[in-house]
Amino acid sequence: MGAQLRVYKRRIRSVTATKKITKAMEMIAASRIVKAQRQVAASTPYATELTRAVTAVATGSTTKHPLTTEAEAPARAAVLLITSDRGLAGGYSSNAIKAAERLSERLRGEGKEVDTYIVGRKGVAYYGFRERKVSDSWTGFTDSPTYADAKQVAAPLIEAIQTETAEGGADELHIVFTEFVSMMTQTPVDDRMLPLSLEKAQEETGGKDQILPLFDFEPSAEDVLDALLPRYVESRIYNALLQSAASEHAARRRAMKSATDNAGELIKSLSRLANAARQAEITQEISEIVGGSSALADATAGSDE
Amino acid sequence: MATELHVELVAADRSVWSGEATLVVARTTSGDIGVMPGHQPLLGVLESGPVMIRTSEGGTVVAAVHGGFISFADNKLSLLAEIAELADEIDVQRAERALESAKSESDAAAERRADVRLRAVAVR
Repeated sequence: MGAQLRVYKRRIRSVTATKKITKAMEMIAASRIVKAQRQVAASTPYATELTRAVTAVATGSTTKHPLTTEAEAPARAAVLLITSDRGLAGGYSSNAIKAAERLSERLRGEGKEVDTYIVGRKGVAYYGFRERKVSDSWTGFTDSPTYADAKQVAAPLIEAIQTETAEGGADELHIVFTEFVSMMTQTPVDDRMLPLSLEKAQEETGGKDQILPLFDFEPSAEDVLDALLPRYVESRIYNALLQSAASEHAARRRAMKSATDNAGELIKSLSRLANAARQAEITQEISEIVGGSSALADATAGSDE
Repeated sequence: MATELHVELVAADRSVWSGEATLVVARTTSGDIGVMPGHQPLLGVLESGPVMIRTSEGGTVVAAVHGGFISFADNKLSLLAEIAELADEIDVQRAERALESAKSESDAAAERRADVRLRAVAVR
């Protein structure tokens, strides 16, 4: 076998092996999307009920809670960025990181200091490589987050928002995650969690014009709000983690599908080249034989005379 | 006036129970509270403990909730809890074992959780 042909054969073998791997990853991701979507759906009732309750207290009571009223001159904002632990998911992590960069830029433009909190190894690596300050980070659960993970993430954020700004606390709490719109579309979004914007919360529970009844608070509006808001933050983070997980799997499936397709294309064009090389080799061999035999024939014909 | 109210018992990661009921008894931080159809709109903080739901078919559903909220408006009652389990789902032996081990390791949170489960089973 000629050297050229051998090289082609070897490349085809290696691309075929890669294609098998990407195909397997595509299938795994596809099966996980469904599971992640189910989890998102299962967590929705709790989130909507909780948002409704928070809206009810915030609108129904005249209490001025620090978590629902905007600070007059917000000086520091906490930004929670949700990325993935693993790569090979196309632009999933970098899109989320870009969205966080844009948000931080905007907040800095408004004269606020930005504290960054990160979920996922990719985000940690990005900030670590650029030697930027990260207040806190968590890794290891972006594939299938549980409520306990969300609680763990929420704890320092709640603490930061409850601390006075002068002592290193935050006035605002933003979250950047990838929203799962559909199998084909996932968009990175940034959202302000606290202070609560009531219009938005009302939109989420459906019906802006819906009039909320006057509630009886047990034991008191402040106590209820005190207990509600941490839960609200936790459930929002949980929902964001779940949506991000679903988006990650969807992005990975798409990336791996195009990798598989590309590998298929590559194999096709490589086999064409290999075939051409083989054909050229055969042609060359034939012409060598023909040339050699006619040279011999000429030589013998010459010696006879 | 309506004779029954709609109850949604939801945990953070799933919907535990939903249906029609005539009476719901839960423990808030300021004491036990019973909610019947037509109750005044209410929003309260729940203590860890059993919640009793009397269904409109006459049966009783008992659930263990670990902290959470009760909210009632428009004849719709929602019980929100980070963790909620129906008494039927609770494995008594496992809860007892958990209580034992929590006591020996003096893990207060685990002890409380196991205790709530056992109390919910006892009410049933």
